[in-house]
Amino acid sequence: MKLPNKARAGNRSRRASGLLRHGLTAHGVLCYVFLYLPILVLVAFSFNASRYSGLWRGFTLQWYEALFSNAALGAALRTSLVVALASTAISTVLGTAVALGLERFAFRFRPLMDVLLYLPIIIPDIAMAVMLLLFFVLTRVPLGVGTIVVSHVAFNVSYVALVVRARLAYFDISLEEAAQDLYADEWQTFRRVTLPLLMPGILGGALLAFTLSLDDFVIAFFVSGPGATTLPLRVYSMIKLGVTPEINALSSLMLLASIGLIALSGALSRR
Amino acid sequence: MAEYAVELRNVSKFFGSVAAVRNVTLGIREGEFFSLLGPSGCGKTTTLRLIAGFELPTAGEVYIGGELQGDTPPYRRPVNTVFQNYALFPHMTVYENVAFGLRMRRLPENEIRRQVHEALEMVRLSGLERRRPRELSGGQQQRVALARALVNRPRVLLLDEPLGALDQKLRRAMQLELKNLQQQVGITFIYVTHDQEEAMTMSDRIAVMDQGAILQVGTPAEIYECPASRFVADFIGETNLLEGKVVEVWDHHALVLVDGARMVCGAVPEGVRVGQRVTVAIRPERISLHAQPPGPLAIPGIVRDVVYTGADIRYMVRMADRVTVLVRSPNTGNGSTPHFLRNETVYLSWRPESARLLVA
Ligand SMILES: Nc1ncnc2c1ncn2[C@@H]1O[C@H](COP(=O)(O)OP(=O)(O)O)[C@@H](O)[C@H]1O
Ligand SMILES: [Mg+2]
Repeated sequence: MKLPNKARAGNRSRRASGLLRHGLTAHGVLCYVFLYLPILVLVAFSFNASRYSGLWRGFTLQWYEALFSNAALGAALRTSLVVALASTAISTVLGTAVALGLERFAFRFRPLMDVLLYLPIIIPDIAMAVMLLLFFVLTRVPLGVGTIVVSHVAFNVSYVALVVRARLAYFDISLEEAAQDLYADEWQTFRRVTLPLLMPGILGGALLAFTLSLDDFVIAFFVSGPGATTLPLRVYSMIKLGVTPEINALSSLMLLASIGLIALSGALSRR
Repeated sequence: MAEYAVELRNVSKFFGSVAAVRNVTLGIREGEFFSLLGPSGCGKTTTLRLIAGFELPTAGEVYIGGELQGDTPPYRRPVNTVFQNYALFPHMTVYENVAFGLRMRRLPENEIRRQVHEALEMVRLSGLERRRPRELSGGQQQRVALARALVNRPRVLLLDEPLGALDQKLRRAMQLELKNLQQQVGITFIYVTHDQEEAMTMSDRIAVMDQGAILQVGTPAEIYECPASRFVADFIGETNLLEGKVVEVWDHHALVLVDGARMVCGAVPEGVRVGQRVTVAIRPERISLHAQPPGPLAIPGIVRDVVYTGADIRYMVRMADRVTVLVRSPNTGNGSTPHFLRNETVYLSWRPESARLLVA
């Protein structure tokens, strides 16, 4: 049967769009495979009984056991947690204050402050690391846990401020007015209305800061003294001797912790 | 006791070069239901915020209960506000919302509980104490906002278009409820609205505002019957506004020539001169139509349009070459008001006092 021209053209374009759709689907799937296959392989090999080869020799938990009995790793983990907790606490308070200041008050250099605040997010870690190291050397501050904390605060303030400001942008000012109308002074208004309503944003920012601090290698590499070794630094020195299944196990655990933190932070800031 | 619950003296508020409120002088009496009425953007909310203390006047003084407010912050003023969008605290339950003001004033917990329950009962929300604001309907949210303010027994309650977000039917019901509530608690209400019908229904007195200024203050009847200006006459209810020229003045009456037709006005302000250009304002329900001229002053016209609205019949009558007037004739159903058809010739008449002469 001879189809009218138009119908045939329609058929052809339908077939073409079908092809395109399948092509796009395949492309999407490949992207995800590319992103996640290495991770899956890493997780799988952390349970592999063979120490040296890439061949599967059966399931084991021995690398996880070895990990937990490694004292040097334990110390590094403790250092990392101390740094992360301290820098998160400081940068959450500072970042929230900065966000409130920038969002609520009009002052002369506000646009400049805006740009300066987000600079640490934009500039490369390596540049930040070199600048911080230079600063500590010039001011003769001894390198150690303290300098890592200060450096992490330096970039975390920006991230916290960014997250809190996003929440502040949707804040209904009339809620604060309502509180003042109901006899709450400035401090009570802040404590009873502003702070509770900002809390999901603040907690989200804090979790982000915590994750970024745990995750940082480059900056810690520059500003840590000989005594202070964070977990990423320790892993790096282990890896110089070759990738062992312990490192696979450690990476898997860190991956799990990161996913947990990110999910928590997402859930909080959406609330 | 002070003469006024709230008094504004020569109050102006500028935002940059925009005058939101211009030289307003106003006294609101103790226990009064007072409305600020005007079109959107005329400065009603700003006036309310000047009383509440959210804005400070650029010039002039605000007195509450006879006391000069100066830069007294909102939390030290004896007034409470029902906000336009209710501004309920989303992270608190209904109970916590209503208890907020009492908590801030550090009342004992059992006293707070008693008063919150009483307030919720008053607005018929008992049983919803544990709900969050977002779990309530618009009407219920509105009542929570009301209870949250009233529980504090303020000297003055400020309400900014509190029924604006409700549908027509609920609005009508709430208007009566609010009015009853106000009489029950005896608190001075200052009520902002752009709905003239709402203001007429609820208020003891109304201030009509336009472009930041107060044009007229009076009871609903005074404002409706004796509008002082074109704007007020036009804004409150329906009015025929006819441009004309004064040809004769005598004893509070005037003869005005409107596009060839002569009409007698019975409410003429002082100082109107012969030859002056004026506006004659006549309410459509004050005009009666006749098949035969009822007297020498009747004006002939042709019915251009008839609209049946149920309660009354609306006629568009062309009076002279260019002037068409709206006439509202009650649908009595007993033949006391004759009905007319399109293109019929009719005669219009009204009592001279019903035709108001306006110079502003
Ligand atoms: N915070 C403000 N900044 C600048 N202009 C404002 C502000 N608040 C109100 N205005 C202006 O003042 C005028 C009166 O506003 P408003 O009091 O809200 O009127 P209404 O409540 O009668 O609609 C408007 O022109 C409005 O744009
Ligand atoms: Mg308004």
